Amino acid sequence: MIAIVDYGSGNVAAIADIFKRLKLPHVITRDHAELQAADRYILPGVGAFDTTMHTLKDSGLVGLLNDEVHGQGKKIMGVCVGMQILGDSSDEGVLPGLGWIPGHIRRIDPASIDNSPKLPHMGWNSVRIKGAMPLFDSVDPERGFYFLHSYYFDAKDTESICATVEYGKELPCAVASGNVFGFQFHPEKSHSNGVAVFRNFSQI
Amino acid sequence: MLRSRIIPCLLLHQGGLVKTRQFKEPKYVGDPLNAVKIFNEKEVDELMFVDIDATAENRNPSMPLLRSLAVESRMPLCYGGGVTSAEQATKIVATGFEKVSVSSAALARPTLIKEMSEAIGSQSVVVTVDVKANRLFSGYTIYTHNGQNKHKQPLLEFCQQAVSLGAGEIVINSIDHDGQMQGYDLKLARQVRDVIDIPMTMLGGAGTVDHLQALIDTVGTVGAAAGSMFVFKGQYRAVLINYARPMRLQAQHNS
Repeated sequence: MIAIVDYGSGNVAAIADIFKRLKLPHVITRDHAELQAADRYILPGVGAFDTTMHTLKDSGLVGLLNDEVHGQGKKIMGVCVGMQILGDSSDEGVLPGLGWIPGHIRRIDPASIDNSPKLPHMGWNSVRIKGAMPLFDSVDPERGFYFLHSYYFDAKDTESICATVEYGKELPCAVASGNVFGFQFHPEKSHSNGVAVFRNFSQI
Repeated sequence: MLRSRIIPCLLLHQGGLVKTRQFKEPKYVGDPLNAVKIFNEKEVDELMFVDIDATAENRNPSMPLLRSLAVESRMPLCYGGGVTSAEQATKIVATGFEKVSVSSAALARPTLIKEMSEAIGSQSVVVTVDVKANRLFSGYTIYTHNGQNKHKQPLLEFCQQAVSLGAGEIVINSIDHDGQMQGYDLKLARQVRDVIDIPMTMLGGAGTVDHLQALIDTVGTVGAAAGSMFVFKGQYRAVLINYARPMRLQAQHNS
């Protein structure tokens, strides 16, 4: 069972719709028993870094997720700002992140982009996949994913970078460390490539 | 490489979808949910909905309708129409829309743009401006309320103000070119592109993929939005929901 963590941020309905169409068991929940019963988690998130961290803390789920993800080794996948809060800290705020994947969230440097538009990075962009990453099985990197962001995950360990996107310079857009995965793009809005990522996550 | 976005723009009117010409003669073109299902299958880049009744009738966005559109949609969504506060924008994003567009409310009170960008993040704040060419001064005049009310502030000045207040995208909608299917106003596109450095989307005038390509050739990476082109087929404007990208973009999509 995949639990979409309904802590009050992000597009839970669109993610659930994809699992529904894939006929994969899933639940949108913030209920402790349901979360403990699940074996995988999706952590959505939109908005500012601090607002998202505040909302997650206020939901009272940080301790539980820590136990399940770190204690039990269950898999979790963060999406968009749900990915950024997996890191240690952000240019966008003062609150610490969850610190599950070492790294700092940086604002994309507009000076690195020659033409207009500069920020936000908005639209479909191809990605470069690094090494063997089962979550990218049957993903077409040239077609890529839908991006909508001005900050990126500057991962501390280059080994944790699973894919990059070219925007001004090469920016990490997918990170992983053990059982923790994060995607800057919106797989729930990326048609067949996005569906493939969710299907793969349910199978790894 | 970041690709230009080809965006069907759908107008909500009395519960259905319509298409106008120069903001007049709304013609019924179908059911919004059905259109979302077709555009899912076509794997479109983005979809934009504008409720053309909300501001005119001074009412709030219809949240139940937005919810049903968002649940069905597997592509990025933008909503505009009747948004007047950051609280509304927050609710719309929570419903599953990536972007929220404001127009007349932001012209009346520009700080709304700042409030929205603080609430939902700049990347999700779209400012849409409806304009008509002003032949006397060879410039452009901003209009609100479906082209009924003239707005005093000069177009380029307002665009720059919107950027400085935290807009993440500017949509320029040409009233003159609306529904004409004869191509975008490229001079207008170039003028706005030259003064802002955030994403820009043009709306009004596209009738063929060549028109989309001409816009991309003129201003570079851009949002190319269209209504008529994606809901009509042939010179008699038979209703047929369809989608097409210029060849180069389609090749990258099919890679």
